[in-house]
Amino acid sequence: MIELMDKTHLERSLKRIALEIIERNKGAKNLVIIGIRNRGVYLSERLKAHIEDTEKVEIPIGSIDITLYRDDFKEITASPYIGGTEIIFDVEDKDVILVDDVLYTGRTVRAALDEIIDFGRPKSIQLAVIVDRGNREYPICADYIAKQISLKESEYVEVRVKEVDGEDQVVKVIKE
Amino acid sequence: MYSRKHLLGLEGYSGDEILEILDHAKAFRDVLERDIKKVPPLRGITIANLFFEPSTRTRMSFELAEKRVSADVVNFSASTSSLKKGESLRDTVENILAMKIDMIVMRHGATGAPHYIARRCDSIVINAGDGSHEHPTQALLDLFTIRERFGDLKGLRVALVGDALHSRVIRSNVFGLKALGAETTLCAPATLLPKGVENWGVKITHDIEEAITDANVVNIMRLQLERQSSGYIPSLREYSRIWGIDTERVTLMDKDHMIMHPGPMNRGVEITQDVADSDESVILEQVTNGVAVRMAVLYLLSPLRREALET
Repeated sequence: MIELMDKTHLERSLKRIALEIIERNKGAKNLVIIGIRNRGVYLSERLKAHIEDTEKVEIPIGSIDITLYRDDFKEITASPYIGGTEIIFDVEDKDVILVDDVLYTGRTVRAALDEIIDFGRPKSIQLAVIVDRGNREYPICADYIAKQISLKESEYVEVRVKEVDGEDQVVKVIKE
Repeated sequence: MYSRKHLLGLEGYSGDEILEILDHAKAFRDVLERDIKKVPPLRGITIANLFFEPSTRTRMSFELAEKRVSADVVNFSASTSSLKKGESLRDTVENILAMKIDMIVMRHGATGAPHYIARRCDSIVINAGDGSHEHPTQALLDLFTIRERFGDLKGLRVALVGDALHSRVIRSNVFGLKALGAETTLCAPATLLPKGVENWGVKITHDIEEAITDANVVNIMRLQLERQSSGYIPSLREYSRIWGIDTERVTLMDKDHMIMHPGPMNRGVEITQDVADSDESVILEQVTNGVAVRMAVLYLLSPLRREALET
C-alpha cells in the first residue's frame, strides 16, 4: 500500500477545488451539491463547508445512491444494500456539483447523471472527483480533479475518509 | 444475501431474508415520493400477470410496481369457471414459454399452483395468492408497515383476527411474524381455525378481548360474506358482535398501537366505520407500501440480478 495523498494534501485539494468551483460559476448563488454514495457524500459535505466559508451563502446538499441505475448487476454483490437517495431540493435550472471519490470507467457517473435528470432539468452538472485514474469506458470527464494518476488493472486507489475509514488519506493498493 | 429464485411463500424464510426485502422496499418507497416515480433496473424484462382469480387491487399494485421498475407488462385474465386444474394450466404455461416471458406473477384458486408452474417452466414465479395457502407479498407489506412504525418486531405484540381457515394472508403473516420474532396471537371462532393450528407456534384464542389487550398491532381479516350461508358462523351480526373490532375494543390495545386490514373491508362487519377511519388505522398506508414492497421483490428476483449473483 502506497500513500498518494495525506490528510493535509487532501484538505488543500478540497479547498482548491472549492475555489475553482466558485471561480468557474462566478459565485455560489445557483449551486447545489450532490454526493454519490458512499464516500462522495462525505467529500461533498467538506466541499460545501469550504464554499460556504468563502462565499457566505448556504448551499443545498443531497446524496444519491446509484444502485437502481447501474448498468451492471455484478457491482451489486460488492455493495448490495441500497443506501437511499435524498434530494429534497429542486434541481431545475441549478448548477449541480456532483461529487465522487474516484473516476474510473465512468459508468457510475453515467448512472448518476440519469438519476439526477429524473429529478428535473439542471442548468448544468459539473463533476468533482478526488482521483481520476483514467481508463474510461464511457465518454465522461471530470471538471475538477484533485489528483490524476494512471494505474494498472491490478491496482486500485482508495480515498479514505475520517468518517468511514478513521482517517483522511488517499492510497494505492495492489490486488493480490 | 437474498438469493431465492422464486417467491412462492414465506414458509422457511429467515428473518434476515425478510429484512433484506424490507430494507430494499424502503428505498423503493422513497422513489414513490419523487416526481418521476420510475427507476430502470428491470428495463427489458417482461412480466406476465396471470390472475386466475378476480382481483383488482393486488393486480393493479403489481402492475404499477412492474411499470415503476421499468419492466414490460402483459396481463392474462381468466375466468375461474373455464379453468380445470392440471391440463389447462399446463397449456397456459407452454404458451408463456413460447412467448419468452421472464417473470410470472400468479394468483390462482388452487393451493400449490405457482409451485407447479415454478417446477415446470423456466421463468421466475411470484405467488400473488394461491388458494388458502399463502399470499407472501401481502404479508411482506404488512411487515413493512409494522416495521416503519415500530422498528424492530422482536417481542412486538401482534393480533391476527379473522378467518384463519381460509386466509392465505394470515398464513403468510404467521410465517413472517415468527421469523422476525414477534409475539403473535391468532383469534378466530373455532369453526374458522384449521386443523393443526396449534402447531403453528402462535397463541390461539377465541376471545377477542384476550387477543387485543395490550396488543401493538391488530391485523383484521375480511370476513367473506359467504361464510354465513355455509354454516361457519351463525350470522354476520353475531360475528361482528363477538369478533368485530370497534372503538371500545381498540381502547384495550397498548397505548402505542396500529390497526391494519388487507382490504377490501366489510365496514360494519369485522371492522367499524370509526375504527377504519381512525388516526391509528394504516389501511391506506398499507396500499402505498404494497407497491414499494412489490418493486423490491421484483428487483431482488430479477433475472439480471440472478445472473450476476451466479457468476
